[in-house]
Amino acid sequence: MLAYVIRRMAYGVIVVLGVLFFLFLLFFTVTSPDDVARKALGERVPEAVVEQWKVNHGYDKPLFPEPGAWTDNMLVEHYRRMLTFDFGRSDADDTPIADRLRAGVGPSLALTVPLFTFSLLASIPLALLVALFRDTYIDRMGVVLCVLAMSVSILLYIIGAQYLIGRLLHWFPISGFDADPRVVVRFLALPLLVGLVAGIGGDVRFYRTVFIEESNTDFVRTARAKGCGEARIMGRHVLRNSLIPILTQVVLAIPFLFTGSLLLESFFGIPGLGAITVDAINGNDFSVLRTMVYIGSLLFVGGQILTDLSYGLVDPRVRLE
Amino acid sequence: MSRLLSVEGLTTRFPLAGVHVPIVDESTFAIDRGEVLALVGESGCGKSMTALSIMRLVPKPGRIHSGRVELLGRDLLGLSVTEMRAVRGGRISMIFQEPMTSLNPVMRCGDQVVEAIRLHDEVSRKDALARCRELFVQVGIPDPDARLRAYPHQLSGGLKQRVMIAMALSTRPELLIADEPTTALDVTIQAQILRQLLELRREIGMSILLITHDLGIVNELADRVAVMYAGRIIEQGERTDVLGRALHPYTQGLLRSMPALATPGRRLPEIPGVVPSPAEWPMGCRFATRCQLAEDRCRREVPGATARSDNHVASCHAVEEGRAQAPAGGEPEGAAR
Repeated sequence: MLAYVIRRMAYGVIVVLGVLFFLFLLFFTVTSPDDVARKALGERVPEAVVEQWKVNHGYDKPLFPEPGAWTDNMLVEHYRRMLTFDFGRSDADDTPIADRLRAGVGPSLALTVPLFTFSLLASIPLALLVALFRDTYIDRMGVVLCVLAMSVSILLYIIGAQYLIGRLLHWFPISGFDADPRVVVRFLALPLLVGLVAGIGGDVRFYRTVFIEESNTDFVRTARAKGCGEARIMGRHVLRNSLIPILTQVVLAIPFLFTGSLLLESFFGIPGLGAITVDAINGNDFSVLRTMVYIGSLLFVGGQILTDLSYGLVDPRVRLE
Repeated sequence: MSRLLSVEGLTTRFPLAGVHVPIVDESTFAIDRGEVLALVGESGCGKSMTALSIMRLVPKPGRIHSGRVELLGRDLLGLSVTEMRAVRGGRISMIFQEPMTSLNPVMRCGDQVVEAIRLHDEVSRKDALARCRELFVQVGIPDPDARLRAYPHQLSGGLKQRVMIAMALSTRPELLIADEPTTALDVTIQAQILRQLLELRREIGMSILLITHDLGIVNELADRVAVMYAGRIIEQGERTDVLGRALHPYTQGLLRSMPALATPGRRLPEIPGVVPSPAEWPMGCRFATRCQLAEDRCRREVPGATARSDNHVASCHAVEEGRAQAPAGGEPEGAAR
């Protein structure tokens, strides 16, 4: 078990090192430091100002190792900084990136953790119910509703909810955020609702498929033959066996709770990591973007290991060796 | 012996290309207390569907269309869902062909048997577990304590089928439906399991509906035999009658094609042609397309049951008209049981 974790983490390190290399290619060679400086300063500034900007932001070294600069170059510097979590300053406004990450994680989690929890609590029981009534009109109605909910763009939900609930009914503020937990609940209500509605169709449909697949197995037939009722079969036999495919989706989503939601945060004015990412894209803030991609890859690798470990918990056939 | 189960005119239909095809067509048979009835036939002839119909577990989109299934005089097809649940696993138990996949892979074997016990009897978990251990010993599972805690994947196929049998017997059912219980197992294990089933039948005094396509097994275990072809029971009677003095051309063909009865060095006789698929079933006798005795009437009219004796009937125009071949001997008389 421990050996397995160590081996998986070693593989993870290799993946992350590879990701960092591609990041370097994208952010330093495809878009050179000169381009970045010009984007930050404008096209019509003197060469000297560009050079000075590059010095200030640590972009003034040669890109690749070369005679005289085997270690003192951008590639080595890139790896050193990322691996020591020394993310430096924003290309756009010179703020320390680490501070922005620290400030953004809280608001992101305040949105994503309840959203994740409520989604699971709503969609799994709903899917069980729909699967219990499979091939009846309840099931068919459920599937139709799911597809309808899935087919509407999240942008429409956002704008619709803001207009209807925020502007016309005045139940909740249209957008914004507050550090006070008592106040922030009101701000989070709308994005939570929108996130739930936008995601639940796909979730219920996915879980329903898994449950129905599991209820066509031989051991479910055995359970019926020994006199189990359908509700008990769903709750005891089907649900536990369905955990294996469900975990793949659910556990992998957990690390990304930290990075927030791009659309919900930027539309509802929540200053989380998702909004920071969108701002970085809009503002050509390459150093922030680079950091977010790197953190995303770390979380992904971590999530994969977590998923595989969780299989061992729910499936006695899986031995982690 | 008293009548335990009687099935009358049982018809189970599946929609197939817009038509409702009777996969089980007007099946009529009965099982007495303590009796082993073997339901014999080729794959796809409706044997398993007959069993699932008795349990009312026909998979969708199939449906029991008509008929009666009486357990001690009570029609199971008229029971409420809750009443039927008490019958399943309580008074009628079933074991399946696929021991590998028939147990829940994420539940311990003991817990699965305990669940079966506690679904029907109000006993504590501890008592149920103790009973489960006894059952494991009874069905010949070595090292029962370890097997109670084992997950199905840690057991061999034979052991898994024994767990299934223990589960099926846990409530002392009056009828055990065994759907090809040994088909997926090694030959040596097959013999062990079958012997065990017979012993358990004697101990518990239950009846067995044994579904198989293996005439060797039928000869060893069955008291009576019903032969199914393309959804219909075409011959039934005492084992010695059906295997020793088969009337129906299909049964005769089956017996002739048994390797044990063939002459060494000669090609094994076979029934010409293949079983027609349900969509191609002829309107008269379903065997007419392959039968050497088939005449016009056979292709037009469904043959009724012709009784040769009280306990031996065949559904065949040739038998009825007396132009069938002499009762063909399958099994040597008095074969060892």
